[in-house]
Amino acid sequence: MMQAQLTASNLACRRGDRLLFRKVSFELGAGAALHVTGVNGIGKTTLIRSLSGLTTPFAGEIRRVGEVGLLDERPALDLDQPLGKALAFWQQVDRCVDPAVAQGELGLERLLEVPVRYLSTGQRKRASLAILLTREVPIWLLDEPLSGLDAAAIEAVTQLIKDHVSAGGIALIASHQQLDIDDLEALELGDYVPEQEEEEDK
Amino acid sequence: MIGTLLKRDLAKFFPFAGGGTSLPVMFFVAIAMLYPFAVGPDPNILSRTGGGVVWIAALLAAILPLEKLVAQDIELGFFDQLRLRGLTEEMMMAMRLVAHWLSFGPPLIIATLPAAALLAIDGPTLYLLLLGLLAGTPGLAAIGLVIAAITASLRTGAALSGLLLIPLSLPILIFGAGALARQEAANIGIVAAISLGLVAMAPFAAGAAIKAAREV
Repeated sequence: MMQAQLTASNLACRRGDRLLFRKVSFELGAGAALHVTGVNGIGKTTLIRSLSGLTTPFAGEIRRVGEVGLLDERPALDLDQPLGKALAFWQQVDRCVDPAVAQGELGLERLLEVPVRYLSTGQRKRASLAILLTREVPIWLLDEPLSGLDAAAIEAVTQLIKDHVSAGGIALIASHQQLDIDDLEALELGDYVPEQEEEEDK
Repeated sequence: MIGTLLKRDLAKFFPFAGGGTSLPVMFFVAIAMLYPFAVGPDPNILSRTGGGVVWIAALLAAILPLEKLVAQDIELGFFDQLRLRGLTEEMMMAMRLVAHWLSFGPPLIIATLPAAALLAIDGPTLYLLLLGLLAGTPGLAAIGLVIAAITASLRTGAALSGLLLIPLSLPILIFGAGALARQEAANIGIVAAISLGLVAMAPFAAGAAIKAAREV
């Protein structure tokens, strides 16, 4: 559908004074999916924010071809507004023609009148996914897309990712859950932690 | 995209609209109401000092909206999502400045009319007061926005922003209230010039603060 490429070479990121990981390299072309794993606090979110271009990595290079869509734990929806109105803002920003499709697949129609403040974790996550879908971008960076979701929603979201990838998009998913996606590449961030840090831990 | 953003910001901050607060205006009128109780009802004292009280009330009222002005949208990831859609932080902050001023400047100017009645302010002074507030409130909004952006990632940001706004807004207060004492409209030109400089600078300073807040 669209040209897409996401390349990282020799990437290193730090949080404060601590080096989180280094020498991370990968190359994702159209239709590729990468599952990033690692224990809590290892830097998955930091990696995703660097890849999105919001922050600058400590070292290394990132090359992106195509626009980036980011999904993280923050819903970017006005808490006081009903969900329908809060989503409408992003639909207008993204000039989305038919938002009902995305909302239907994510089971949001019944929630449109509910203020965002009263939505549960899983419902907010589904709403954030709807924002991701209002905009057709080739590169998806998903930070814990499945956390808080029920079984049916997990299946729906997995299907959305599969559809996106088979349409020629790229998906990079940081998740503790197993992902049922074909040809899924894996990246364990624990393999890239600097050695002194490991010794300190022992 | 910019129009949509401005509409959303206004809905969030304008008093009596969904998420906005009318607290600054109430606070402003409350000070004007309390002052005669504190110094006594002598119209001479009131009309001589009333203009200055209105200026102080406006300055303090400008502090109230700062807490929600930037911090909440950083927490919700709003600016990040807009950035990924190609909008610059400077543009986001310019829109926020417009929305912030519209939400507290004009309401304060309108509320000055009942405040002037309570403080027995006469016609020529009221004219200078309204003109001065029209020239000064954009500057107050600009200072407020920059402070809100800088303190957004601090835990005690809300308390700090009040303390920071007061010294920075002194020039506006001195020239704005000074115009009343001397009954001289020329001073308001200086207020307008200060405001203009602040308004021109604020989106860049606030935008830089938001970018810096991402890099922890």
